[in-house]
Amino acid sequence: MATVSMTVNGKTVTGEIEGRTLLSHFLREGLGLTGTHIGCDTSQCGACVVHVDGKAVKSCTMLAAQADGCTVTTIEGLARGDQLHPVQAAFREHHGLQCGFCTPGMIMAAVDMIERHGGKLDEATIRHELEGNICRCTGYHNIVKAIKAAADEMSGSVATAAE
Amino acid sequence: MGVDGIGARVPRKEDKRFITGKGRYTDDMTLPRMGFVAFVRSPYAHAKIQNIDASAAMEMPGVDAVLRGDELVADGIGNLICGWMIHSKDGTPMKMGAWSALATDTVRFVGQAVAMVVADTYAQARDAAEAVMVDWEELPAVTTTAEALAPGAPQIHPECAGNLIYDWEIGDQAATDAAIENAAHVTKIDITNNRLVPNPMEPRAAVADYDGAEEHFTLWTTSQNPHTARLVLSAFYNIAPEHKLRVIAPDVGGGFGSKIYVYPEEVACLWAAKKVGRPVKWVSDRTEAFLTDAHGRDHTTTAELAFDADNRITGFRVNTTANLGAYMSLFSSAVPTYLYATLLSGQYAMPAIYANVKTVYTNTTPVDAYRGAGRPEATYVVERIMEVAARELGLDPIELRRKNFVTEFPHQTPVIMCYDAGDYDASVRAAQDAIDYAGFPARKAEAASRGKLRGIGVSCYIEACGIAPSKAVGSLGAGVGLWESAEVRVNPVGTIEVLTGSHSHGQGHETTFAQLVAERLGVGIDTVQIVHGDTDKVQFGMGTYGSRSGAVGMSAISKALDKVEAKAKKIAAHLMEAAETDIVVEGGAFKVAGTDKQLSMTEVALAAYTAHNLPDGMEPGLKEGAFYDPTNFTFPAGCYICEVEIDPDTGKTEVVNFVAADDFGRIINPMIVEGQVHGGLAQGIGQALLEGCVYDADSGQLTTASFQDYCMPRADDLPSFKVMTTETICPGNPLGIKGCGEAGAIGSPPALINALTDALGTEDLSMPATAEKVWRLAQAARAPMAAE
Amino acid sequence: MYATNYHRAGSVDEAAGLLAGNDEAKVLAGGQTLIPTMKQRLAAPTDVVDISRIEALRGIEKSGDAYVIKAGTRHADVAGDAGLKADIPGLAALAGKIGDPHVRHRGTIGGSIANNDPAADYPAGMLALGATIVTNKREIAADEFFAGLFETALEEDEIVTAVRVPVPAKSAYSKFPNPASRYAMAGVFVAKFADGSVRVAATGAGADGVFRIPEMESALASNWSPEAVAGIAVDASGLLGDIHGSAEYRANLVTVMAKRAVAAA
Repeated sequence: MATVSMTVNGKTVTGEIEGRTLLSHFLREGLGLTGTHIGCDTSQCGACVVHVDGKAVKSCTMLAAQADGCTVTTIEGLARGDQLHPVQAAFREHHGLQCGFCTPGMIMAAVDMIERHGGKLDEATIRHELEGNICRCTGYHNIVKAIKAAADEMSGSVATAAE
Repeated sequence: MGVDGIGARVPRKEDKRFITGKGRYTDDMTLPRMGFVAFVRSPYAHAKIQNIDASAAMEMPGVDAVLRGDELVADGIGNLICGWMIHSKDGTPMKMGAWSALATDTVRFVGQAVAMVVADTYAQARDAAEAVMVDWEELPAVTTTAEALAPGAPQIHPECAGNLIYDWEIGDQAATDAAIENAAHVTKIDITNNRLVPNPMEPRAAVADYDGAEEHFTLWTTSQNPHTARLVLSAFYNIAPEHKLRVIAPDVGGGFGSKIYVYPEEVACLWAAKKVGRPVKWVSDRTEAFLTDAHGRDHTTTAELAFDADNRITGFRVNTTANLGAYMSLFSSAVPTYLYATLLSGQYAMPAIYANVKTVYTNTTPVDAYRGAGRPEATYVVERIMEVAARELGLDPIELRRKNFVTEFPHQTPVIMCYDAGDYDASVRAAQDAIDYAGFPARKAEAASRGKLRGIGVSCYIEACGIAPSKAVGSLGAGVGLWESAEVRVNPVGTIEVLTGSHSHGQGHETTFAQLVAERLGVGIDTVQIVHGDTDKVQFGMGTYGSRSGAVGMSAISKALDKVEAKAKKIAAHLMEAAETDIVVEGGAFKVAGTDKQLSMTEVALAAYTAHNLPDGMEPGLKEGAFYDPTNFTFPAGCYICEVEIDPDTGKTEVVNFVAADDFGRIINPMIVEGQVHGGLAQGIGQALLEGCVYDADSGQLTTASFQDYCMPRADDLPSFKVMTTETICPGNPLGIKGCGEAGAIGSPPALINALTDALGTEDLSMPATAEKVWRLAQAARAPMAAE
Repeated sequence: MYATNYHRAGSVDEAAGLLAGNDEAKVLAGGQTLIPTMKQRLAAPTDVVDISRIEALRGIEKSGDAYVIKAGTRHADVAGDAGLKADIPGLAALAGKIGDPHVRHRGTIGGSIANNDPAADYPAGMLALGATIVTNKREIAADEFFAGLFETALEEDEIVTAVRVPVPAKSAYSKFPNPASRYAMAGVFVAKFADGSVRVAATGAGADGVFRIPEMESALASNWSPEAVAGIAVDASGLLGDIHGSAEYRANLVTVMAKRAVAAA
């Protein structure tokens, strides 16, 4: 067993882990942050996506030890108190979720996608960028719609702030 | 309609917990002293278990126990059963092979559990499971029905000689044979409905706890129907009497049918929790899900459709062989029979139908209901053969369909179903307009100028939802009644709790059901809480499948609301000294018609509970329950039209346009209904283009046992959909609802294949229409062009 | 995953030291292949040596007529590098087609080529561009480096530290992904150099991994056009056939992808 320390959702945390402990496992079992989900074992479904040092990664494909010293944001850390992140709000507004299981990974992937592309996200780009996230409920239709709406809104608010 | 009432596009009440990571799924449960379970599974498709040696595993770190099937049997745990009796045409009952939750002497599919390890951590359990030494004697295996039925085939169950589970028929054989004999034209097709893996994104899981002092079990599990699970676990598997067993299905991450059934793992975990004296948790990994979740479809069919000289259908003969896998799963027998052959009339007036269905054991994962369950298979047969017939007859495929549509209701088909309401032409017109059907030739020509092959395909589906009434399904062999129950509790302060036997695992019941209450009582949906998924809280229920929660589950709530409203009106009338008949419910208040006198729901509720001033003889309280058993199935129907473009160089298909026009009867929340259609379409398009199980013929290994090899539809495989509804009210339930959960998966596969075969100019295309298959046909289509 | 000992190396030398004399140790770079393989219990290294935090292994630099891409550079960084996008657009595009965005945030160029998955994208780029693989011990030409399925010229304690990629006159990569895994069913990289020579390499299709296609190279050297390769088919007998596509189909894809790559270059 070894000790890791990292900043998760703004708080410094430490924990005992095995060498083989995955980041997803550490978040769920070690920290009780069960919003990060495990939907496959071949690193394809994307239900486990979190941000490590500001970038979307699959927490099931990273050892917890590798995240030592990193800054991690999970779905639980996205909202500011009762203030939902615009992507969270858009998923609700546009019915971008049904069973909710892929949703945390989808939202974390979407936030990362919007941050990388700014407001210049068209439908084809969004669909291509969702290659690493599988949803079985929605047919993606409303997920794409939600991400587009959030991207438009976020770029709009950025533009307003800059004025 | 109020802002929150029936027909309102209300964002979902349940979403907040899911978008903030606060959903509570089974795997999120942790109990003190909990042990983790890993199963020892068969690497062979068919083998005898010679010996199980757990001594090395028991020495490994953290290992608490290794449990075997013989111990489970010795403790009196019953075999898994199929709960729907089907009789062969000769009157003999279906031949069900014994299925122990942990195999005792023989394994019959890859992945079947033979032992379980309980350890302090999941990793330790997995490590130890690998160290359990099993001596196997491999036996010959079969994966297809043709092989399994062949003379000399390996025998899978001693109870089922020849591997033929039943040989069932429906309809009038003589009349159908005569129609085909005397037809002006007969279209014949051979068709395969590919085997699918449901793959809800949340893998199955179970957390089992046993309280020795109370002799009481609790099971948290990924179930679509916790009460049915408790019933089966109690009555057939001998876990505990029902009052000593609580089943909780918390947030469940999708089901699509695969979470209806009670699987070996839940049974084994309950047994193990008592055996080892600590709570245990098992969570399926995705590979286990591929190997052990009930698969769907897997039919081979020959169909012949007869027409008279006026192109009207005169008879339909269907021969289907269905692969049920290695064991009969809980409802498996009903899927290729009463959920399939009873829909073979499609949307058409068919004077004679005869269907013969054989079901067969193979050394593959058990097959059961998957989104649509029998109706997608029926629709695929009917809508492919209609398309092929139109092409053979040189008719527009829509015109041939239109000519044969059922137009008067009720309509009794030759295969049990009595269609109660519909307007099939209305859906067709809506879909044709939305896709600009007339403009297709121009779009095809434009695509050709870009080197693409463009095709258009139509599918007019009908399905049957609700799976009720109980008396009817009982007469067809169902082991349970298929009603639903509800309880409406108005609290003393006027807030409302609705306890329902339906289970939501993505369908949005917490919102839709609250909208019904809002509509009826004029209260906001935020004052309504929907409670479901816990046998200790909810009185009873049959669960969610067969698109039944709206038509049956909400009707039960409606009945309970009737009773609540009636009692509240009596109280209000008494308090306001008015006649009960003068009381109207409006905006959450009870008003005396024609006056300004009114009492709020809160005031009436409080009066009901304080009971200081109630009508003479009235019981205090404001809480009513209802059981609702419908009078008929419901019959959603619709028309789907899709356009595809094929890249002939690679065979890659792009779905460029997809229109769905559905008649679901009355709709409570259009946003949620559209979402259900989108999801169904994705699964149907997945079946048509991408998904399919491949078994290695020699070893019986599932080659497509991960997302690396089984192609799940991704966002870039699909278009945005154009979905719309037409409406005929269902006369069979008080709300006029037909159901919307499965239609997309039922109607879409033939639309895709019809479009592809239209583009390619050949009918010789099976699902999934992979790029290679399409490429080969595109080459063949191109060759004559090049020769010209 | 089986138990394993995690080591974080502070330098390449430290990593090499940890690997030396331990046959059961593996280098952990981005981990996007190794960790899934370990999760499936298909790999069981007793020790993993994490080199992903070594700063000296990060970065992209132009050096004369070539780019030096340090081994720990993430796919996303190669895909987004302005210099590469201008000078070797095929390579930037290739990196942008690997896996999905999350994989590209973690996976590294060194890890990909050292693993030499027969369906990975980078080997085609390295081979077609005539790259040089730089290790802690030596420099190896791409033609010598890729040695069959998951096989490379690397020794046990040898670590890829960088690749040196000459700037071609034109380059492009065209990929037909496996619909399920999104690895290449056939991916073809074409590169034309200032001296008029052409190199073409295909991944995803070869039974022995990545391979060059000399017939296409000579045809394109004399006529750089899609038509020049349209009639050239690779021999299907040397190609992979599986449930996703027969060897014959892959042979077709190689030709089609080659045409499209040339058209895009």
